[in-house]
Amino acid sequence: MRIGVVIFPDSNSDVDSLNALSVAGVEPVRLWHESPDLSGVSAVILPGGFSYGDYLRAGVIARFSPVMRGVAAFAAEGGHVLGICNGFQVLAEARLVPGALLRNRSLRFAGRLVYIKPERLDSPFTRAATGAPLQVPVAHGEGCYYADEATLDELEANGQVLFRYVREDGVPALDPDEPANPNGSLRAIAGVCNAAGNVAGLMPHPERMSETILGRDDGMQLIRSLVESAAEWEAAGRPAPKVKTGVAR
Amino acid sequence: MSEFRYAVNVLPKPGILDPQGRAVELSLPHLNVTNVSRVRVGRRVELTVTAASEAEARGVVDGLAGELLSNPLIEAYAIELLEGTSSAASVKAP
Repeated sequence: MRIGVVIFPDSNSDVDSLNALSVAGVEPVRLWHESPDLSGVSAVILPGGFSYGDYLRAGVIARFSPVMRGVAAFAAEGGHVLGICNGFQVLAEARLVPGALLRNRSLRFAGRLVYIKPERLDSPFTRAATGAPLQVPVAHGEGCYYADEATLDELEANGQVLFRYVREDGVPALDPDEPANPNGSLRAIAGVCNAAGNVAGLMPHPERMSETILGRDDGMQLIRSLVESAAEWEAAGRPAPKVKTGVAR
Repeated sequence: MSEFRYAVNVLPKPGILDPQGRAVELSLPHLNVTNVSRVRVGRRVELTVTAASEAEARGVVDGLAGELLSNPLIEAYAIELLEGTSSAASVKAP
């Protein structure tokens, strides 16, 4: 099976993502930002980095690049798309996942290890997770998850909150100023998915914790989840999503 | 056709946390300024549109402001016309 990793100008976690896919036993495919053609891949990762220098707003210029037309069409057909860090920002700007990523509350770049916990284990992006807190790195300046209260309530009710920042013992870091919440995200939200459940984004980097030689391999639980979901989607004949993807602006 | 120059002023919406504004505010005591509050930090984009009318030009700016220059989830924008000059050369009579 082949899974694509999009390369934007200033992507910097593309190689880590390609490597994590190799470790998971699938063929990684480089997808260049100038082409909307996804080469028939079975799933797509939008990697971390600082696409287009983060000019204007993180992720917004990348949103209008040709490859994103292909990614949006792929998502509308039911394909799985995972946005990591800058990839999450691109998905949010493209309205493919709900909410926005604001400047970190501290105004400081957050580059360190944190713990996150999957909220549910029956999603395409967490199905191979154990449910225990995962230690993964964050590396971002704009990761403070924001949506209005009504939207947050709706996301919780729909099960669209996939990951929260937690303390080492698994207790959610709900106080936006506590150290376990690296950016001040509302309700400690580290990752969300769209209503259809096939597009997800998270700020931390599972692909940088994908082999024990890197310290730990906690992140592989999420990479393997994506691989399993993509394989299942292919085996089922690429079924369309039950809910329309994308959010009108 | 005429050229119209605009400024688009983008600010965080009321109620949205603005850590940059807060940082500026926290620096004020160092300047012995005590009567300034509610600082908000945003962004200003200036651009020129070539169009047949100001209404047409404003439509272009409005579309860009809502789609690209601001994120309506978290930011509000205001459009300001800086100058509108008609280029006489392009409307010369035969």
